Amino acid sequence: MTKPVVAVQMRGISKSFGGVKALDNVDFEVFVGEVHALLGGNGAGKSTILKVLNGIHKPETGTIQVCDQYLTESHPKEARDAGVAMNFQEMSLIPTLSVAQNIFLTREAVSKLNLINDKEAVRQAKVLFDTLQVDVDPNAMVGDLGAGQKQLTEIAKAISQNAKVLVLDEPSTALAVSDVERLFVFLRKLKEKGTAIIYVSHRMDEIIQIADRATILRDGKHVISAPISKLPIDKMIEHIVGKRSNGLADVTFSKASKGDLLLELQDVCGRYRPQKVDLKVHEGEIVGLAGLLGSGRSSLARIISGITPAQSGKIKIRGKSVNFRRPGDANAAKVALVPESRSTQGIIADHSVQSNVTMASLKQLTRYGFEIKQKSQSIVDAQIKRLSIKTASRDHAVVTLSGGNQQKVVIGKWLATMPDILVLDEPTAGIDIGSKSEIVALIRNLAREGKAIIMISSELSELLTACDRIVVMEGGRIFSDNPREYYNESSNPNDDPGRQLQAAEKHLQTEIQLAVKAQTRLESTNG
Amino acid sequence: MAESRTGKSHLFRVLIGDWRQNIIYIGFIVLFLIFAVTLSDKGFLNPNNLLNIIRQTAMIAVMAIAMTFVLSAGEIDLSVGSVAGLATVTVAMAIAIAGPIAGVFAGLATGLVVGMFNGWLTTRVGIPSFLTTLAMMGIAKGAAMWISDTAAVPILNQSYAWIFGGGSIGRIPVLLFWVLILGAIGHFALRRTGFGRRVLATGGGETAARYSGIDTARIKFRVLVLSSTAAALAGMLYAGRLQSGRFQLGEGDELSVIAAAVLGGTSLFGGKGTVIGTVVGAMMIGMINNGLILMGLEYSQQLIARGGIIILAVALSQKR
Repeated sequence: MTKPVVAVQMRGISKSFGGVKALDNVDFEVFVGEVHALLGGNGAGKSTILKVLNGIHKPETGTIQVCDQYLTESHPKEARDAGVAMNFQEMSLIPTLSVAQNIFLTREAVSKLNLINDKEAVRQAKVLFDTLQVDVDPNAMVGDLGAGQKQLTEIAKAISQNAKVLVLDEPSTALAVSDVERLFVFLRKLKEKGTAIIYVSHRMDEIIQIADRATILRDGKHVISAPISKLPIDKMIEHIVGKRSNGLADVTFSKASKGDLLLELQDVCGRYRPQKVDLKVHEGEIVGLAGLLGSGRSSLARIISGITPAQSGKIKIRGKSVNFRRPGDANAAKVALVPESRSTQGIIADHSVQSNVTMASLKQLTRYGFEIKQKSQSIVDAQIKRLSIKTASRDHAVVTLSGGNQQKVVIGKWLATMPDILVLDEPTAGIDIGSKSEIVALIRNLAREGKAIIMISSELSELLTACDRIVVMEGGRIFSDNPREYYNESSNPNDDPGRQLQAAEKHLQTEIQLAVKAQTRLESTNG
Repeated sequence: MAESRTGKSHLFRVLIGDWRQNIIYIGFIVLFLIFAVTLSDKGFLNPNNLLNIIRQTAMIAVMAIAMTFVLSAGEIDLSVGSVAGLATVTVAMAIAIAGPIAGVFAGLATGLVVGMFNGWLTTRVGIPSFLTTLAMMGIAKGAAMWISDTAAVPILNQSYAWIFGGGSIGRIPVLLFWVLILGAIGHFALRRTGFGRRVLATGGGETAARYSGIDTARIKFRVLVLSSTAAALAGMLYAGRLQSGRFQLGEGDELSVIAAAVLGGTSLFGGKGTVIGTVVGAMMIGMINNGLILMGLEYSQQLIARGGIIILAVALSQKR
């Protein structure tokens, strides 16, 4: 056997953000003419290493080599000149330009006078979409497109560069099954021509179909690189999950006493997602929503909290039908959402802890339009104490707090509205491990006080630690709805909590992959 | 599912979209017709009156062409009026000392220096262009007052005055040629050059543009230099037309310039701009001013009517 030719060689790459090591001495090697899967859980460092390869992040140590050429400048243009092309999960599209203009941005076709020839760009874009056998209008404004069409544009943009190394970061999240199949046919052709393809996805069955080899990262470290034939799905999951040592296992799990039925969804549909969701949540119960990106979890959260109205179906609170048109309606019905993006949807960073915490309950805290100072101060102090928010004072700007404490401010803001139903969307994203288990413990306490809680998280260990029930979603539908105990490994109950959690996590991961497979089958039979 | 929806509604959307995009041209024609009918006895259609409108709006148009680039890149330049005023003074003084060619160089250099300073503060120091150019507005005006001792500086060179704004070929004012030539160059630069595309990309989505390998700081620097240079050129045209340099020239023009660009369909949020729309927008503002005066409205009424028309036009062009 001849030795394969190396297309990408990254050696000893380290990169940290604000003291947190995102990559720790990672080696990564991709051969010419292979599809190489890059796998890992949330925060494993996949995106970071791809951004380093693309010159967007500058590594602290390590060397990057693309086809015999060392990259030293850490600039997107340098990486591109060396033959690297990447899709950025909709990050590299400009909404005010057309599809064709986006695809050929900075590489525009020009006429003799060096003027841009947009007609030629449209023609080339058409050819590109025809080879991919997908239907996207090259003249459409990108801002008007749906998620799937945007993703196809991203992919076309990456492919059009005729790169030696093509990086596809979760290219299939918004694509229909038929489009994914066509993409795979095309990738196989590219591979035969000698292109090296790096493929990132959380969908294991996709990986098995398309990848030749895989590299798995975990907590910023390289775990294994091996041919796919040596990595069956359960082995992959085991490497991705690893041995848990994140302190979550220490959170003692006490079963909450389930009270009355509080929230009931019947046949609820959103514009695209969710699809026909039935869900019941009781007082004192924490229901976790698990699933991959685009599975409809956040869309469901937005419907429950009145941010986007439901298209059809019934929402009942304490048996009474409600019809949320705007967030205020949901707040009045004592529903609160701790949103996904802390920095843009949660806090106003430059404002004080006090003004952030009181923001959602100003109505109760004002008289004749003036703030009742004592009342709001006592409420803020109560939240600071209850959530043990570490801040110098209630008057300090939220930006001076750590990520975990900022998140507590957001939670405190919504607790100040005294909700019965609390929806938490990725409440621990971007928070250090210590604060994570603190927030999980806090959520359990809230349930014990009788609140109904819906929690979305991409960190399975966290869902397993916090929730009484776990609902697995895919394609906007609910795939399964099981009590937490369902995921326990019955064979060895005497293992230490870390091992037990790891086993449960593997089980849940497998369940999610089953959901993906079932949804794929459903979509392909529907057309 | 997606395919069945596109067919009919797509065509519909294109028609509606075009209607909103073309509101400036429709509005211009409608307003022209209204003035032509109602003000025919007051001489609105008299060629001299129409040429006067062009003479009065040429400088606004020249500045607005460059402003289109600034706004498209997601920035703003509030200093254009003051820079124009400063340039009238530097040009007039340089001509008095060293002749017309030195005057042209002095004028352009004024714009380049101010623009580079604006660009440096905005892209390197990191002060938003709104603040940079707001401060520059005062600095440029102060400098103009200081070096001229607040007095008008006469320009005696006739060939300079002819080329830069005072002359005409037959009955057509030279100013019209300036507007047409710069408008054509601006249009092609924005629509058909790599620079123009990068400007639109920078304003349309800065992160995405950076990820695509565009040096967005350099693009912003360049549009600010372009804007100040165009403002200086507008100042040179003022100076030529009025045969003198005065710090008051161009005062308050920044608002008309921005209004012209926005009226023409350029987005204040960046990513969208058309130079032809801007030129028509500038002409429309000139036409409105002229029509309202001919109608015999008082200045106070003119202000209110002009504001109302601009709000109406921009509101109609908003995407819903």
